[in-house]
Amino acid sequence: MAGQAFQKIYTRLTQITKATCAVKATGIGYEELATVSGRLAQVVKIMGDIVTLQIFAGTEGIGTDAEVVFFGRPPVLKVGDQLAGRFFNAYGDPIDGGPEIEGEEVEIGGPSVNPVRRSDPSELIATGIAGIDLNNTLVTGQKIPFFADPDQPFNQVMAIVALRTKADKIILGGMGLSNDDYLYYKHTFENAGVIDKIISFVNTTDDPPVERLLVPDMALAAAEYFAIQKNEAVLVLLTDMTLYCDALSIVSNRMDQIPSKDSMPGSLYSDLAKIYEKAVQFPDGGSITIIAVTTISGGDITHAIPDNTGYITEGQLYLRRDTDIGKVVIDPARSLSRLKTKVMGKKTREDHPQVMSTSVRLNADATNARTKMENGFDLSDYDERSLEFARDYAEQILAIDVNVDTDEMLDITWALFHKHFTREEVAIRNELMEKYWTKA
Amino acid sequence: MTTGTVKGIISNLVHVEVDGPVSQNEICYIDHHGVRLMAEVIKITGNIAYTQVFESTRGLMPGSKAEFTERMLEVKLGPGMLSKNYDGLQDDLNKMEGLFLKRGEYTDPLDEDSVWDFKPLAKAGDSLQAGDWLGSVQENWIDHKIMVPFKLEGKYSLKSIVPEGQYKLTDTVATLSDEEGKDLELNMIQYWPVKLPIRAYDNKPRPFKMMETGVRTIDTLNPIAEGGTGFTPGPFGTGKTVLQHSISQNAEADLIIVAACGERANEVVELFTEFPELDDPRTGRKLIERTIIICNTSNMPVAAREASVYTAMTIAEYYRSMGLKVLLLADSTSRWAQALREMSNRMEELPGPDAFPMDLPAIISNFYSRAGYVYLNNGTAGSITFIGAVSPAGGNLKEPVTESTKKAARCFYSLSQERADSKRYPAVDPIDSYSKYLEYDEVREYLDNNIAPGWVDSVTQAKDILLRGKEAKDQINILGDDGVPLDYHSRFWRSELVDRIILVQDGFDDVDKSTPMKRQAYMLKLVLKVCDTDLAFENYEELQPYYSRLINFLRQMNYQPFESAEFKKYEAELDKALEERRVK
Repeated sequence: MAGQAFQKIYTRLTQITKATCAVKATGIGYEELATVSGRLAQVVKIMGDIVTLQIFAGTEGIGTDAEVVFFGRPPVLKVGDQLAGRFFNAYGDPIDGGPEIEGEEVEIGGPSVNPVRRSDPSELIATGIAGIDLNNTLVTGQKIPFFADPDQPFNQVMAIVALRTKADKIILGGMGLSNDDYLYYKHTFENAGVIDKIISFVNTTDDPPVERLLVPDMALAAAEYFAIQKNEAVLVLLTDMTLYCDALSIVSNRMDQIPSKDSMPGSLYSDLAKIYEKAVQFPDGGSITIIAVTTISGGDITHAIPDNTGYITEGQLYLRRDTDIGKVVIDPARSLSRLKTKVMGKKTREDHPQVMSTSVRLNADATNARTKMENGFDLSDYDERSLEFARDYAEQILAIDVNVDTDEMLDITWALFHKHFTREEVAIRNELMEKYWTKA
Repeated sequence: MTTGTVKGIISNLVHVEVDGPVSQNEICYIDHHGVRLMAEVIKITGNIAYTQVFESTRGLMPGSKAEFTERMLEVKLGPGMLSKNYDGLQDDLNKMEGLFLKRGEYTDPLDEDSVWDFKPLAKAGDSLQAGDWLGSVQENWIDHKIMVPFKLEGKYSLKSIVPEGQYKLTDTVATLSDEEGKDLELNMIQYWPVKLPIRAYDNKPRPFKMMETGVRTIDTLNPIAEGGTGFTPGPFGTGKTVLQHSISQNAEADLIIVAACGERANEVVELFTEFPELDDPRTGRKLIERTIIICNTSNMPVAAREASVYTAMTIAEYYRSMGLKVLLLADSTSRWAQALREMSNRMEELPGPDAFPMDLPAIISNFYSRAGYVYLNNGTAGSITFIGAVSPAGGNLKEPVTESTKKAARCFYSLSQERADSKRYPAVDPIDSYSKYLEYDEVREYLDNNIAPGWVDSVTQAKDILLRGKEAKDQINILGDDGVPLDYHSRFWRSELVDRIILVQDGFDDVDKSTPMKRQAYMLKLVLKVCDTDLAFENYEELQPYYSRLINFLRQMNYQPFESAEFKKYEAELDKALEERRVK
């Protein structure tokens, strides 16, 4: 990204840190892009004639006489239909050897949608995964993260979700992906024959961390193009948002900002909200759905990153290895889709909400029984039955590799209720019991 | 007029060098290539005013010019606010063109051309003061009073007032004369700075009436008083928002103001789309006709988020001055506190606990104190009942926002992760939560007279059952099912009865979602009767299936219309089941 002709070049750097530099310059706009010794940078602070820039690629080797060239505009992405099927870096430059994109330049990280111009999300997204469809149904326009310990196969699950979801475009924003994971996504999408509807913006661990800050905005600028201009249903996958937040803290730390909780910048909530709130259902049919990954350490959701994420997103999905069946499941107790009630029992079968809450309640009874067992106590008959139920439930419903439609999930769950419990123990609204219990 | 020049920009904190006097909280407009960006002065050092800009500052350059307005951030008050969707700066969102919010686009919160049926309430010669009623217009089904502007000081005499008829908002409806005989023409619009409370009332007694919310765990166990304050802290996913919506739909208020500050946009959309559709169970009309929504979605600029709760409170105070019962809900005040923290951080202030500003507790208690029951100058009463949702970081109730709010609010509705995990909604923890109003003699007297004699004793009894059940459960978990006396199991199951019938409420069921107080009193009495019944069991294994049956009958009752045939049928079955094991 070279500067344009007749631009003033500044060479008087007054300060250099690991992520930022300061230069004496005038006539500069806030959030404007620049290059410092050819490296892309963005204005993050202006004080009088001292302009502070964050240098995305890092400041290693930058000298006080480095050439700074300002672009006079914030970061942009060239958007157009040619984006489909392509792989880009954090700057929106192709990394797949293909041609440059010809298209309209749009500012990334643009303004918010007027909330009165949004539509209420109500289109169901089916994934075939019961931990999602049955217990935590997703809708278009929703934003939801997987909360996963680093050892969980979250990238595989994200890829499954991407491939099973009926989206017109899938946009991958990869931040700090290992090269192996990047190639995994690439091969999975290619082998599934859907590469034409996939667009990827990737920053791998080989790339400088501060570049990650651009990835979500790039991915979402592309998403807005397809959702608004083409009225398409766009699914955006962001992985791993924890690494994005780490990059935020690097920059704020270098700017000597007073750190807030867990060394994160005080603006973490606003920074994350700017990204996640791009999820939207437009009245004309286009939509942006965001499914993200937030890696957590040792299941600690009180850390500022998952904590702030949880308050912005519409639910969260926990991945957990179920030791009873030796498979990965989506934890029914902790997971939540806040928008599920918009479709459950409305777009799905009438018994869906009650079956969901009852199965989760009975599964919680099994958790209590397990605690009793681990403490060496005798189990009651009910405890035994709830444990058997939980095992069947994990095996036939929750396991990630089960792929059935929602009606079938409901039928299986009724059958499990019938097999392990009495009518009173199930205690679902009587009209529904009459209709489904007898059939089960 | 003071003007200024932009000297520095750090995100939405802009340093402006000024050429004249400026005031704290004064509003200025910064020119950005012809777009006027609104900003508020939050600190002044020498000739530098630190301003927080209510918009994105992208592209803003040093050297840009600013104009100061000599006014603080104000709301514009008058008929026509009901059913409006405002942002935190009281812009009418529906008047904004385009899909995206444009910088510098500010819209009139009122419709100045709208015409209203004005009825005079005061007559020429009357001696009046700020807040007194001049006349009224019908705004949806609210009798909207046109008042003497709150900012007027001292006594005025009403020189003339227009006769009943149709007038535009901007038409002069009354002329006042001050003590020196100077005339003052008034129309139906007035302005008030949001950060100052409106004190145009006679006095503020202790709240004494209960305010029904339809939520059993609140009304039955820890009622909130009309004009009272409460807050609901809870980790994410424990149902703060659902609880707030449920309260807003069912509470017995004349007017509901919802402040969504830093809220999820899709939840705001739900408010916008569902509220207009919802029937108001109390009036049979649409709920939106008595609702004002102030919303700042979480991605709107942080400074506007800070303003939104004040905007909402000021509008609430305005309607309270008309003698109305206002319910104000804010979700979430933590987002607001975070906005304060973000700015304090940018100004490089020395941080208090968890990097919040040092004066956070004072700011919070000051804000909560603006709620209350008041007697107006004319002897009538109005109230603002305020319930704030708090989102404690990491679910930690010891964090500064929760701690500070606990000192300010009188009701504490603690949402528990454990209850949410087992889908026991609303997930209000019955042991940790409290209502200070139950200690007020005047409230106890009110409950005795209006619900049932000795009501507070019944409530205490229910709370004791829950507490003993929890203790019994802990013992069972330590010693095992057969390691404890049978009585422990009975205690546990009695608490389950209270929990699953009184506390657990299905917010998505048409019948169960809201319970009138009469029905709540009936169910509490019934459940206490069951708990008081001596039942005989041989061993602990008999309890679970038996109590599951009882719970099922009572739950089915909760799903049926009150006193319907079905309702009575399940009650009869419950009685039959009790007979089976009753100790004769």
